[in-house]
Amino acid sequence: MTAPALAHPTKARRPMNLHRMWTVAATDLKQLIQARDYWVPMVALGAIFFLVVPTILLFTITHLGSVEIVSKISRTLEILPPEAQAKIRGTTPAGRTAYALAVFLFAPVAVVVPLTISTAVGAATLVGERERGTGEFLAHSPATTREIYVGKLIASLVPGYVTTVVGFGVYSLVVNLIAGGDVGGWFFPTGPWLILMFWVIPPFLAFTLSLVLRLSARVKSTAAAQQASGLVSLPLIMLAYSQSTGALFGTTISPWLVGAVAWVIAIWSLSRGVRSVTRARLLGVANEV
Amino acid sequence: MYDSSEGNESDERFRSSRQLPTTNSVNPTPSTDDHDVSLRDVTHRFGDITALDHLSFDVPRHQITVLLGPNGAGKTTAIRAITGALSPREGSITTLGVDPRVDGDDVRPRCGVVSAKPALYDRLSGYDNLLYSAQLYSVPKAEIPDRIQLAAARFGIDVALDHDVGGYSTGMKTRLALARSTLHDPELVLFDEPTSGLDPESAHAVLELIRDMSDAGRTVVMCTHLLAEAEGLADHIVVLEAGAALVCGSPADITRRYWPGDLVRFDAESPDQLDRMATWRGVVAYERRPGSPADVHLDGIGRIPELVADLVRDGVSLTRVEPHAPTLEDLYFAVRRAARGDGLAPVERGVVPTATEKLGASS
Repeated sequence: MTAPALAHPTKARRPMNLHRMWTVAATDLKQLIQARDYWVPMVALGAIFFLVVPTILLFTITHLGSVEIVSKISRTLEILPPEAQAKIRGTTPAGRTAYALAVFLFAPVAVVVPLTISTAVGAATLVGERERGTGEFLAHSPATTREIYVGKLIASLVPGYVTTVVGFGVYSLVVNLIAGGDVGGWFFPTGPWLILMFWVIPPFLAFTLSLVLRLSARVKSTAAAQQASGLVSLPLIMLAYSQSTGALFGTTISPWLVGAVAWVIAIWSLSRGVRSVTRARLLGVANEV
Repeated sequence: MYDSSEGNESDERFRSSRQLPTTNSVNPTPSTDDHDVSLRDVTHRFGDITALDHLSFDVPRHQITVLLGPNGAGKTTAIRAITGALSPREGSITTLGVDPRVDGDDVRPRCGVVSAKPALYDRLSGYDNLLYSAQLYSVPKAEIPDRIQLAAARFGIDVALDHDVGGYSTGMKTRLALARSTLHDPELVLFDEPTSGLDPESAHAVLELIRDMSDAGRTVVMCTHLLAEAEGLADHIVVLEAGAALVCGSPADITRRYWPGDLVRFDAESPDQLDRMATWRGVVAYERRPGSPADVHLDGIGRIPELVADLVRDGVSLTRVEPHAPTLEDLYFAVRRAARGDGLAPVERGVVPTATEKLGASS
């Protein structure tokens, strides 16, 4: 006797258990904190981009007074759109150059850091469970695939974003202390930078992570996930390029609009991405039929 | 038939070994309130590979059911189907009264699973591993510390709770996984090769702990390919092969079915001379492979002197006559041989082939 094939039994979706979702996220974060071999490079990356490089460059421009360096950098600023160039402040050529560097040319830093950290975490998060065998534990656990997905998303997003926000604070301090005198006082962060940090980057990061998590759920190894995640980080690279050339915030395009569109796309992509996490994939037997 | 409880020893007879029931051709015992798990005709495929092939069996409540079978028999897939971690599209599954494919969210909190690989987080301490599980399984927050300490002490892992699991031995990891599986007080506990990689002493300790869990009123399902560890532990056995259940029942039931009468092992300087016994009075079954001793099932142990006298009279030089109580290993191989059609068939009523017929069928 053969029982008939099930016609995809379904049941009304239950509301997400936020406690379980946060448990998944918190446990992943706890593991990251325990892993010095992970967070030490993460902190080093943030320090290099937000502290070391800006300090050296801005200090060289504003305090060493090398006319040649200033003039060279000033020439590179000509690639900025006229609208952006018009917003450059400063009482001296060195001050104007420092302002342009701080406001426009260092912008990719704010994108590269969270992107690098979060995609590294996200790429390993689901396939890592499978590789370590802990996917079996999660697959048998009461946590729903939505709770696991959102928990993993938060655990991937938080390290990169927190590093970026902290780094942004340090960066603000550095540029004001070093270049503030030549620009006419504390000038950073500018309004567009605040919008970038708190309105535009989060959805771009979430969108990128939604793609990275999908990859992580599907590929066979962490190495493969990390390779593939390089491709899906393109949206953030584009954002970084836009800001560094002044195309985004130096022009009339509303950063609020850019952020709003990014949020819509991110939410849509995240909701689609939930489907990529299945218990079969956590078990590593996703080719079931 | 699956349910060997119908077996009446006085009526038990053999039937031709070529007419074996298979899982696909028999209807197992209907699910009752006494079963925590019932699978009926469950089929599951991974690509071209059929992992479960019309699998049917029951798991009696508060007992230890052992899924026995070689690697690739479908044991792990069966466990995954029971909790709803996998959702076979064919057949019916009832776990703790509901279909885990539809109501998995109701089933999984009531189950505890220890997989073949302990599935622990090496970067976390033993305590944090248990904490993670307690939180996922919604153990009340106020009870978590006590439950963790209690479970860890019970499984002898309390002294290592603060250490990272990455530094644990295999035995410690298994104990921690066992502790984790019971933290939320599950009704049904499923163990997949729980002694894999353990030394004999640790394996024995783990099996004792599993027995304790059953004694505490939990229903236990354990997968293993190690017959020795199922011996004495199993209340109920399911022998799996190629995704199907060859037989299921209590060891006593299966013994009655596959090991009728009293078994005596005869050996001689020329073992082929023993084959004459196959048709003798009192011999209900006879098995011998070339060059091997003969396994002779008798209608009573009292037949031995008579058979020995007859063999000696015929000039057979006996080297061994040894009554043999079947071990689980004997049963397991008897079941598998019967399934392949080259051994004794299980007992069914009303079919009484002679030993000669059986010999002819298997020759």
